[in-house]
Amino acid sequence: MGLKRDVSLSTGLRYRGPAGYLTFILHRIGGLGMGIFITLHILASFVGGRFGGAINGIYENWAFQIFIFFCVMFHAINGLRITILDLFPKLLDYQTEAIWIEWAVFIPLYGISVFVILQTALGG
Amino acid sequence: MTKKSRTLSIKGRGLTNFESIMWLFTRLSALAMYALILFGLIGALVMGARNNMNFADVMRWAFMPNVTHVQSTDLESTDAWVTPFWKLIASALLLVATAHGVHGLVVIADDYIASEGGRKFVRLLSIIMMASMSFMGLWIIWTS
Repeated sequence: MGLKRDVSLSTGLRYRGPAGYLTFILHRIGGLGMGIFITLHILASFVGGRFGGAINGIYENWAFQIFIFFCVMFHAINGLRITILDLFPKLLDYQTEAIWIEWAVFIPLYGISVFVILQTALGG
Repeated sequence: MTKKSRTLSIKGRGLTNFESIMWLFTRLSALAMYALILFGLIGALVMGARNNMNFADVMRWAFMPNVTHVQSTDLESTDAWVTPFWKLIASALLLVATAHGVHGLVVIADDYIASEGGRKFVRLLSIIMMASMSFMGLWIIWTS
């Protein structure tokens, strides 16, 4: 425990760094979203019965699918950028460019996914 | 003057303590999860998902290849989807994802909880969460 940052919760939440802040906070929201969802999902499936069934029913709703797919897709694609840049540290000099490529991959992939989910849910 | 890289190689950073080993584990487990999810996705398509499932169902299977995730689809038989092979893949994905996720929650908590006691409590909580989630997940996979 050598590192000591001494940052309060409110300061932490108000932090606005330079480039990459948006991907940082979206990665965090996506990770938290998945963490909460998977924890509740495992608990509900383990408990089972009417209570578990009611909780698990929420996840089949298309609105929830669009939300959780944002969390998963953004976390996965941003995580791939972080992984590649961290495992090949020389590439870190091109972080800004990498973030642009990341958006160019994420927006079409997520857009098509939302379109297909909506088409299935609303088109019958 | 040419721009000199400010970054260090992986070896140059010195993976000496638990936290920095977990830093590497987070990256490597992410790679493992891409492989497992892609494997589940391709497996679903090979087993006939193209004709009997919608996009959301295929993704649900890919992210956790457990048979309960495909029971509400138009599949005629789920026999091929409930083999020990898929249960092993699901277990591997569960354990890797739990370790990756629980460590991620600790990293987030560390950004907002700076006191020594608070951080110790977060770590205790994370070990309990990790053990219970792994146990419950494995129970669900192998009994469904």
